[in-house]
Amino acid sequence: MNFELPRIPLGEAIEAVLDFLVKHLAFATKAFSTVADQGIRVMEAAMMAVHPVLMIFILTAIVFFLTRQRGVTVFSFLGLGLIWNLGLWSATVSTLSLVLVATLIAISIGIPIGIFCALNTHAFKIVRPVLDFMQTLPAFVYLIPAIPFFGLGRVAAIFATVIFSMPPAIRFTTLGIKQVPKELVECADAFGADRWQKLFKIQLPLAKSTIMGGVNQTIMLALSMVVIAAMIGARGLGGEVWRAIQRLQPGAGFEAGIGIVIVAIILDRVLQKLAKS
Amino acid sequence: MQKIELKNVTKIFGDNPKKALEMLRQGKNKDEIQAKTGTVVGVHDVSFNVNEGEIVVVMGLSGSGKSTLVRCINRLFEPTAGEILVDGQDVRKLNREQLRQFRRDKFGMVFQNFALFPHRTVVHNVEFGLEIQNSEKAFRREKAEKALEMVGLKGWGEKFPSELSGGMQQRVGLARALALDPDILLMDEAFSALDPLIRRDMQDELIGLQQSMRKTIVFISHDLDEALKLGDRIVLMKDGIVVQIGTPEDILMNPSNEYVAKFVEEVDITKVLTAESIMKKSQDVAYLAADGPRAAMRKMKNNAIASLFVLDKAGKLQGIVFADEVARLMDKGERSLEPAIVRDIATVTPETPASELFAIMQGISHPVAVVDEGHKLKGIIVKGLLMAAIAERGGNI
Repeated sequence: MNFELPRIPLGEAIEAVLDFLVKHLAFATKAFSTVADQGIRVMEAAMMAVHPVLMIFILTAIVFFLTRQRGVTVFSFLGLGLIWNLGLWSATVSTLSLVLVATLIAISIGIPIGIFCALNTHAFKIVRPVLDFMQTLPAFVYLIPAIPFFGLGRVAAIFATVIFSMPPAIRFTTLGIKQVPKELVECADAFGADRWQKLFKIQLPLAKSTIMGGVNQTIMLALSMVVIAAMIGARGLGGEVWRAIQRLQPGAGFEAGIGIVIVAIILDRVLQKLAKS
Repeated sequence: MQKIELKNVTKIFGDNPKKALEMLRQGKNKDEIQAKTGTVVGVHDVSFNVNEGEIVVVMGLSGSGKSTLVRCINRLFEPTAGEILVDGQDVRKLNREQLRQFRRDKFGMVFQNFALFPHRTVVHNVEFGLEIQNSEKAFRREKAEKALEMVGLKGWGEKFPSELSGGMQQRVGLARALALDPDILLMDEAFSALDPLIRRDMQDELIGLQQSMRKTIVFISHDLDEALKLGDRIVLMKDGIVVQIGTPEDILMNPSNEYVAKFVEEVDITKVLTAESIMKKSQDVAYLAADGPRAAMRKMKNNAIASLFVLDKAGKLQGIVFADEVARLMDKGERSLEPAIVRDIATVTPETPASELFAIMQGISHPVAVVDEGHKLKGIIVKGLLMAAIAERGGNI
């Protein structure tokens, strides 16, 4: 006997929704496009405006200024020098720009959502499963809807990166605010503080280091996603790796991979220091 | 004048307060209600007043609803039923904005675990209330410095709370409340987290401050010694209900039921009993203008005593005469008591605690006079009375 269960058309439904969104969200995608594209352009132009060696000195100085740690500073200088030496400088600049723009967008959306979720339990009940979904969905999948919205290229890469890296910004912000001791909030209430005073004078300052932890994670996720996004034309260090895979050049692939590691370590150390202070 | 009036205030925690209220009216107890409705009765039918300039201590063990009650006064907790008037204003009728203004205007609050903001310096903590009111920077700094000086923390403003000891932290908490110069201080177990020596210092300091501030203070405590020391009146609570309201002496001398009596048993009685509550109020005295040696001797004989206090016409204490001296005057045929009066005698005030009376009465055979500020005689204390009062209350001598 041949009995066949009708297949649920989940994929078709998702496509229909995407089609609908692509058609009707043109204004939003256009705005996002403009912001992201201009952002990268400015960022890249700024970093490419001076000679790489000078730029390496500038970046090292910034790292020293932010961390005040000799080890990290020396590592930054040598690491960036190695990248330049390997001829990966422009790819690195491109990757850094993508990461920074994507992160800025992700946290400027994520932190307000996180604050909202912390202050409104109903909102958190809705947002949390969405976050779980976003974080467990394989990173590659985000690349697919990005293409119909933005076509191949950097903007699509940024879009996918923003979506992928936003959850920790939301989660940590919510967590940080909820962790503020109840009695401190009660104290602010007792003195007649309104909602905004409570938020800006008590809750956000006390949640700051947790929120910075979230920002750190967002940046790290953005970096990893930017590499993956090379598949839809993000270029940068990820693009170098991608090309090396396609041409079977393990050496070149590792060089670019090490470049990514160097960038990741520098970003992580600087951010950790910022979170603590 | 009445500053705060609570009328039948009830607070029920949980989703179904109406059902619980109904059950309370039927006389069901706390546990029954919790089992049936899942709600917790925090405070039930509490009524009392707080007069202006008075310290009322709300006292009870943990879970007695005392902290809940104080939070109902400024509506950190929303009361379920009843009426709360502050300066005649019905607190429960205020809308959100009015409530905020009301909290800013009327209250300073001090918390059990200090609730200092760890990210702000001491002076910024103290400024907090004024900052919330958007007052000038220079003005609030000045107020904050003044408040810090009041609590003895001058020069500590730039430190962070974590750099201070527990006692100092709570001084900051107190300064934060005082900086606003509020009418009412709500102190929620303010000294409970401090170790005993520091706690005593803080109590003394509060009493000292109160003498000049004359704030209306609602003080929450689980420590009867503290309540007796600080309270002009004490509200004793158990399981969300008021068990007794009265002055410290009332509570000690006339416990309204077994529960209060048991509570009171533990107290070091000599610290709370004062000369006023022990002294004998009516006794014969000699009046300098009217009574001669003969009259004085008769009064002593009638009362079977060996000495007599001498007053002038206005009732002011002049001194004491002893029977043997008076007898000598009689033999000499003197008309006046004057030559026999011993003027250099120890006196105490009505507030003198029993513990000090012991020291004063040591080595004196005659009674001690209790006099007011005008040196008028209010009563006398003999050793026997002192011992009896203490023995009766079960204290250790």
